[in-house]
Amino acid sequence: MASGLHGNRTPPRAFIPRSSCVQRLAERGLFRLQLPITMGVALTRAAQWTAAGIGVGKLEFTPLNISLLNSIIKFVEYVSSKHPQEAALVFREPLEWKSNLEISGFGADYQISKRTVVSKETVDGNPLLILDDSTSIIKVSTFSQLAKLLEIAQKEKLKETQACLEANRDPIAKILGPSFATVEGEDKSMLRLLEKVKKGDEEPEAEAQMKLFLLLQQLDMQLLNTSLQKISQEVRLNPQAIKNDVQLLQSFSGEGDLTVLRSINYTSEYEFSNGCRAPPWRQVYGDICYLIINTHDTETLYVTCNTAGVYLNGGPIKDSEDIIYDRNGDIYKDLITFLKEKSPTFAENLTLVQQNFVLQKKSTPTRKTQKAEVPTNEELDQTEKFSEYQDKNKFERKKPPPKPKTRDIKKEETSFVHKALESSHRLSIKDEKAQLKVQDTKKIIKEKENVEMAAARKYKCKAAQEKAHLIQRVVSDGSEELSESSTESEEDKQDMNRQQESGTDLPSEYWQIQKVVKYLKGGNQTATVIALCSMRDFNLTNETCQLAIRDVGGLEVLINLLDTEETKCKVGSLRILKEISKNPQIRRSLAELGGLQIMVKILDSSNKDLKCLAAETIANIAKFRRARQTVRLHGGIQRLVGLLDCVPTSAHLTAEQEKDIEVARCGALALWSCSKSKKNKDAIRKAGGIPLLACLLKSPYENMLIPVVGTLQECASEPSYRLAIRTENMVKNLVRNLSSESEELQMHCARAIFKCAEDEETRNLVRTHFGLGPLVKLVSKSDNKQLLAAATGAVWKCAISMENVERFKHLKVAETLISLLIGQPEEVLINVVGALGQLARDPVIRGAIRRSSGIGPLVNLLTGTNNALLVNVTKAVGECAVDPENMSIIESLDGVRLLWSLLKKPNPDIQASAAWALCPCIENAKEAGEMVRSFVGGLELIVNLLKSDDIEVLASVCAALAKIAMDEENLAVITDHGVVQMLSSLTYTRDDMLRQNLADAVACCCKWGNNRVAFGETGAVAPLVHYLKSKSPRVHRATAQALYQLSFDPNNCITMHENGVVKLLLNLMDSTDEALQEAAAGCIANIRRLALANEKARYK
Amino acid sequence: MRTQPLPWRVSYWTASLGVTKETVALVTEEQRREGGGVGDQSGGRTGATMSRIRPLDMSRKQYQQLADTLCKLTKRFNRHEVQCLMKVFSTLVATFPEQRIAVGLDRNKFRNVLHTTFGLTDDMITDRVFRVFDRDNDSFVNMREWIEGLSIILRGTLDEKIKFCFEVFDLNGDGFISREEMFHMLKSSLIKQPTEEDPDEGVKDLVEIALKKMDYDHDNKVSYADFEKAVKVDNLLLEAFGSCLPDSKSALAFEEQAFKKNKDD
Repeated sequence: MASGLHGNRTPPRAFIPRSSCVQRLAERGLFRLQLPITMGVALTRAAQWTAAGIGVGKLEFTPLNISLLNSIIKFVEYVSSKHPQEAALVFREPLEWKSNLEISGFGADYQISKRTVVSKETVDGNPLLILDDSTSIIKVSTFSQLAKLLEIAQKEKLKETQACLEANRDPIAKILGPSFATVEGEDKSMLRLLEKVKKGDEEPEAEAQMKLFLLLQQLDMQLLNTSLQKISQEVRLNPQAIKNDVQLLQSFSGEGDLTVLRSINYTSEYEFSNGCRAPPWRQVYGDICYLIINTHDTETLYVTCNTAGVYLNGGPIKDSEDIIYDRNGDIYKDLITFLKEKSPTFAENLTLVQQNFVLQKKSTPTRKTQKAEVPTNEELDQTEKFSEYQDKNKFERKKPPPKPKTRDIKKEETSFVHKALESSHRLSIKDEKAQLKVQDTKKIIKEKENVEMAAARKYKCKAAQEKAHLIQRVVSDGSEELSESSTESEEDKQDMNRQQESGTDLPSEYWQIQKVVKYLKGGNQTATVIALCSMRDFNLTNETCQLAIRDVGGLEVLINLLDTEETKCKVGSLRILKEISKNPQIRRSLAELGGLQIMVKILDSSNKDLKCLAAETIANIAKFRRARQTVRLHGGIQRLVGLLDCVPTSAHLTAEQEKDIEVARCGALALWSCSKSKKNKDAIRKAGGIPLLACLLKSPYENMLIPVVGTLQECASEPSYRLAIRTENMVKNLVRNLSSESEELQMHCARAIFKCAEDEETRNLVRTHFGLGPLVKLVSKSDNKQLLAAATGAVWKCAISMENVERFKHLKVAETLISLLIGQPEEVLINVVGALGQLARDPVIRGAIRRSSGIGPLVNLLTGTNNALLVNVTKAVGECAVDPENMSIIESLDGVRLLWSLLKKPNPDIQASAAWALCPCIENAKEAGEMVRSFVGGLELIVNLLKSDDIEVLASVCAALAKIAMDEENLAVITDHGVVQMLSSLTYTRDDMLRQNLADAVACCCKWGNNRVAFGETGAVAPLVHYLKSKSPRVHRATAQALYQLSFDPNNCITMHENGVVKLLLNLMDSTDEALQEAAAGCIANIRRLALANEKARYK
Repeated sequence: MRTQPLPWRVSYWTASLGVTKETVALVTEEQRREGGGVGDQSGGRTGATMSRIRPLDMSRKQYQQLADTLCKLTKRFNRHEVQCLMKVFSTLVATFPEQRIAVGLDRNKFRNVLHTTFGLTDDMITDRVFRVFDRDNDSFVNMREWIEGLSIILRGTLDEKIKFCFEVFDLNGDGFISREEMFHMLKSSLIKQPTEEDPDEGVKDLVEIALKKMDYDHDNKVSYADFEKAVKVDNLLLEAFGSCLPDSKSALAFEEQAFKKNKDD
């Protein structure tokens, strides 16, 4: 190659010496082509010449070359300006090249003839610049001329320099003479020059020459440095990198839409020992291999992979295996970049692939360990094969092949970290399994090994534990979005983490359990049964044991056993699961492992023991929401309801019937757990569970009744169940069981009544079945708080019926309840106070409360913080205040102030309840007006409550305002606070309760100043008239009174009359309500009087 | 998410079934040939005691008498059922025509019945079951032994079953299940792990676990009392060392087939 180019150089060229660094670069295949011409070393070596072997070498248009050319141009300008003497030095031979410059471009310094341009500057008569227009060959002899030329060239600077250099491969030789040509080997030119200088006079220019040479050398060094810098930045390719790239791309290639390429192939299958596929004679140019690439969206690409980069080549030569090696486009640093540039589809699909890749990469630890895993795996396979082989040959031989010690140690180590890492790695292991599947699908790995390997992996992951935690967090964040019960799962995850941290010291049970689980995994039915039995000997209620079973992978095996045909194994497994599923973490794991689905299936089994065990286990697991949902979604509810079907009450039971009852009990237990979800309640009802539950409720057995009543109690939050409990005559049995021995059963019954007694008929049923007595009895049992809460709750709800209150009066429940006002938990207090509030409607009981000094504790409770409690307390205090004697006690305890301050609470229930309670207080207090005025800002507060959105609050405040307005001074104050305006704005309500109280308030407020007129002006009259069309007689009365008050203003009378009030009032006058009659009559009288006065005035 | 059945379990258990249908056919073929020989030899034993009478050669009266006797004896089957079972027995014996003169089911045939009808697959255990059935140790299960045995394995009380199983497990009949016997029975119950130094280590360990569970009097062997107590505590231990009773499904299938089919005629 080199020689070929040589032949084309006119002046014979010698090889220049290689500086060592350049040499090294060259050896690494860094340089495209080495042409033995130069403006010093740099040009030869660094400038990138094309591969074109024939004719004049061309400088490629690469960034590197451009920067080199720029440097040279700068140098030329620099020399001519700073070193005029040297610049004037005439070249030994002019630099000669084919220029593109126009003759016209040359200015005054040039003599322009038709054919030629000659510089005016001459040396010995020879012009320093000659441009022959016909051939457009230019000859330049000095640097100054060169500089001028470049000035003329302007934008063409670069091109001219390029052309110049291309034509003069060794400019120095021309400038300074052949003796300075760059020579391969020792460079003696410097010495020669020095000698010349020493010789002195003979050659006067020698000094200038010397200087110029030095300058050139300087330039050379500079060029070399910059190019070196540039080159070293570039990543060079090597055969291995290309091979990897191609392999990778091949794996992602194919016909599919999502592949990055259609195909990518080498031109040659033969690979040389150095990894290149290019023919040796091309390897010297750095070619590594040639590729034929079919992309999705471009024509076939013929690509050369060179050490310098990847570029398109000329493609195949027709009818020949060879290709055109010349570069045909830009160079890219690697194959991927190249393809990204050429094919948009590639770029697109690649990002997709990369995204997947990034996802995988997140589990970096797993990827790493997996690589490390492979030898272990193979080793294992080998040993296995080995042992098989031995077994075949020697049946009698019992000694297995020697066990590799390392594995043993590893196993033990793995167990240590096993626990700590268990849950955090479960996710990553899953990933890994998936990857394994993808990568070596052919390899069938036995489960046993798999588990062991998983353990080993866990061990190896230890270093990456932190990362795995991170992943877990990431994944859990994601999963929380999916799962509805985020808070629940979060809590549990935290639990698990805590467990991990504490689980550094493993008890001996752990190892024993591990051993047993091992036999469980690797044994036949017999061994499995023995292992299952022995597992029951561990204390399965102990959390350590429970978690140990989980941590050694026992849950998976136990669940798997449920899927077999072996009844004994299923029974054994379920017995264990039933126990350990009492642990919340185990529950979750079991649900995650799909245990519920299998258990639901077992409910169909003909074996009753199995059904019982499965139902009981489901009862344990279904304590959290997702599990309950799983049970429902897999048809568990219907099956569980199906279990309930049995004959619960008969004197003589056969063994089979007893078993049926046991099955039903277990089914009820499971339903009880499941019934905590609303949808499950519906499902139970739809599956026909209610009649069956009602039937079982007749059972005499406590252990049966508890889950049944528990389920009913849980479901009683649904109106449909409450109805069913009433209509299916379950109240009777509930009442009966209030007198049961078991406190738990009593509690559930009381709770069921508590929930059902919202319904009036049910309340009456409780009474007619003599349930109130037992309830009162339960209330006196003050040690069991849950029972107490349930019983007092039942009393509260039952006391809503006055008939029941009557009964309670005889049972003297109030006294008992008052004793419970002190020192009880809030849940009890709420119900106790609620009950007292209902009971205090009876005057006798009000008196009883006072006599047993219950008012003090009640008023004290007004300072509490629990909203539900406050609502009940205010109500109770309000009821008590109806009694004037009670009121004086309340007043002395400053109860009214406490009530009033409750109006400030943001909760509308409390506001309303407090305002209601204030009504009797104001009514019955001595010097109520004075008292009310003494609350600073109190009146403003209550008037402002009229801005509330809550109807109940508005109604109660209106009622309170009516009471407040009884006192004239206070009425004046509230009028100042704009009560009239606010009441008027509320008149458009359609709620009868609010209408009644609002009309009351209006009636009371009319009595001050010109409030009557104000009401008329604010448009309250017309809506009030329409209240008379309401159906409620209370509204009628209050409205009639308000209208009567308003009718004292003539304008109001006109408005009323316009709204047709007379007819409405006349209709109402035949009411039996005297107050209503009086008010209506008064109102009509006022209107009539106005009309008469009007007529009188007219006819006068 | 639902776990797939672990592959080891499926593969192991099918493997442990050992005998496939083909092999059964082979065995029967062999037996047929052997049986022929035996038949020739025992041709003169036709007039043995009643319980040994060749079923098909009995007179109708004798047959009825035998049924009555057996019915009284077992109490668990009614007369019709006994007759049915007798018929089944006759059919089984008669399956091999050369053996008509034989006194009952020999070991191989009996084991075949256990295998195909009751799904008992462990050769060692079925062998032991044969021994327990064969009360008079004459290497044949005769009519009476057949009915009595079936009455236990099909309808026996727990106590009877405990006794039966104990006898099966007590390989040498010395009244104790020793460590060695347990080892022998559990020998093939675990997958051999190539990595284990001692392949029997697991089995030994299993024996210890079983012993710990059942040896209440700490004499390093399981007496009948021990066994009974252990089973009463945990029913699963009834067939602790190998299944020797038909599972409920196959028992039901057998009864149904035997009693229903015969009802028709």
